[in-house]
Amino acid sequence: MQPFTHHRGVAAPLLRDNVDTDAIIPSREMRRVSKRGLGIGLFANWRYADVAARLPNPDFVLNDPAYVGATILLAGANFGCGSSREHAVWALADFGIRAIFAPSFAVIFRKNCIANGLLPGTMAMDDLAALAAWVREAPQQNLLAVDLNAATVATPSTLTTFGIRPPDRIRLLRGLDPIAHTLTSAGRIDAFEEAWWRACPWARVDQ
Amino acid sequence: MTRKHTPLANARSLQSKLQCAPKGRAQTLFDKLWHSHCIETDADGESLLYIDRVCLHERTGSIALAELAARGQTVRQPRHVFCMMDHVVDTRPGRGDATPVPGGADFIVGLRRHAERFGLRTFDVGDEDQGIGHLVSAEQGIALPGLTVVCPDSHTCTLGALGCLAFGIGSSDVEHVLATSTLRLDKPANMRVVIDGALSPHATAKDLALYLIAEHGAAGGRGMALEFSGEAVAGLDLEARQTLCNMAVEFGAATALIAPDDATIAYVAERPYAPSPLPTAAWQALKTDAEATFEHCLRIDALAVAPRVTWGTSPAQGVPIDGKVPPPRDLADQRALDYIGLQPGTAMTDVSIDAAYIGSCTNARLSDLRLAAAVLRNHRVAPGVAAVCVPGSTQVKKAAETEGLHRVFQAAGFEWREAGCAMCFYAGGETFGPGKRVITTTNRNFEGRQGPGTRSHLASPAVVAASAIRGRIAAPTMV
Repeated sequence: MQPFTHHRGVAAPLLRDNVDTDAIIPSREMRRVSKRGLGIGLFANWRYADVAARLPNPDFVLNDPAYVGATILLAGANFGCGSSREHAVWALADFGIRAIFAPSFAVIFRKNCIANGLLPGTMAMDDLAALAAWVREAPQQNLLAVDLNAATVATPSTLTTFGIRPPDRIRLLRGLDPIAHTLTSAGRIDAFEEAWWRACPWARVDQ
Repeated sequence: MTRKHTPLANARSLQSKLQCAPKGRAQTLFDKLWHSHCIETDADGESLLYIDRVCLHERTGSIALAELAARGQTVRQPRHVFCMMDHVVDTRPGRGDATPVPGGADFIVGLRRHAERFGLRTFDVGDEDQGIGHLVSAEQGIALPGLTVVCPDSHTCTLGALGCLAFGIGSSDVEHVLATSTLRLDKPANMRVVIDGALSPHATAKDLALYLIAEHGAAGGRGMALEFSGEAVAGLDLEARQTLCNMAVEFGAATALIAPDDATIAYVAERPYAPSPLPTAAWQALKTDAEATFEHCLRIDALAVAPRVTWGTSPAQGVPIDGKVPPPRDLADQRALDYIGLQPGTAMTDVSIDAAYIGSCTNARLSDLRLAAAVLRNHRVAPGVAAVCVPGSTQVKKAAETEGLHRVFQAAGFEWREAGCAMCFYAGGETFGPGKRVITTTNRNFEGRQGPGTRSHLASPAVVAASAIRGRIAAPTMV
């Protein structure tokens, strides 16, 4: 996995609360038996005036030429709630999003971000609103500079810290492969399982 | 997130299965399930948790197994992994692998092929035990009290009704659990939800869940492990308990639990994968200790719960059936009203509907179908209302047909389908259409959930049946 240390890019404000994963990628857009190529379905019901014809909705922020090439989302509370579909993160990543800042994230969505090298940083709504206001002045010029080591987002005149769980931060910084990491504990897993099945033989499927 | 659990710094050597447990302290049911599965906890407080059962479905399982194969990984415990065909399968009679959603058959064929390769049990299209994974897991005894159960679907918390620690995970975590039989997780906080009293005759577990979410918000339980208890919960049968736990994710909870009691043990006994003899004593010990403390507690009175319906695009936006669309309190409310196309002050029973849907992992068990059929008997669906019933599993469908319920649905004008997730979320490619207003027994009324522009009103099977007859939203007592 690609490590995440620094990132500088165009930020798009989408400051509504409870943006659910059905909105991030509607079920119908999950067409391929693959994690790739899902960016076209990102926010499909909001992004397209006619979904089937892929006719863009000019009112949606990601269709605004001012935000073309956006790689950062400034989002509302409880972002990524609802369905556990990891396709939501795959679609965001495929579209080019590298970092999302919001007051809070749904638990499964946050984990899915980490698994795919996408940064989910928590930030107070006031800080988000201030960053969004500055970005809106000139989205293509007013780029945000993210430093994951310091857990900060910088503009030329401000430095805002964001929250991230320490193990998630390390995982993103190192681009760690979670399966390979856990398999270094294979011996302990085997021993635990043996003891567990000895204590609760019914937990084991024998058929 | 507050954490009462103190991680052990030296959790290196395996001494007992309870090595992560805080010794000598009263524990909640959730604590017990967590600690009995905790292999180790690191300095950051993250635990490596042993997972007993994994359920996959075609839409995510196909991708996860393909990735695993591409990485050259094996499935560590193939006998503990079960494959379900539910998300995109066609539910129209005479179905095969083809499905109305573009590319849908690829998911079905993909899961089948990979499951065969890895030696996994598949509840395939045409299998007499096929159905929505969460129903099949309970029916088959795959989910048992005291186990950890995961599935790449947020409604996995449904199975907490059996007293197992069950929760939804993302696809990357599925790959992790298939390869290692474990997951790395932070321990969620404990929340107790005590429900006193008894439900009134027309109120159901669905109304109870919608009431809880409306009272305390769609994020009221965010990230926490709920334990439902109290007189009203004890009075619910196991199917109704599954409905209640199913909606915990709409309350923002990580999972939900109900301590196993005699009714649970009776329900689990004789299931195909249930152990013999039953570990009754071990299961009876799965309860919160009297002195255990919860980080958060809620108490609600079941008597306050009336049959309900949602008016907006969040499960929290709901009122009793005899209520009115409330004035918007914020931008989110206004946005919901714009989407749903209702004016504040409108009586819910004046709202006419275009469609009625009975199905989903929330409300498509035999008891749900009986409830709806009792309302529908000797009635017809109002002209112009499209009505569809999709039994939650092939076993439910068979049992309903044995009782003749299918004839009640069909005589009333309902379509009677094969089991699957179907029109709960448009994954199968079917929708009632843009702008159409649907009264539905499902769990989410999000924008576009049931298809682009489709307007969803969540309710119990009895309310959906009554509304279908009346052509407008209705309490079961109105028909």
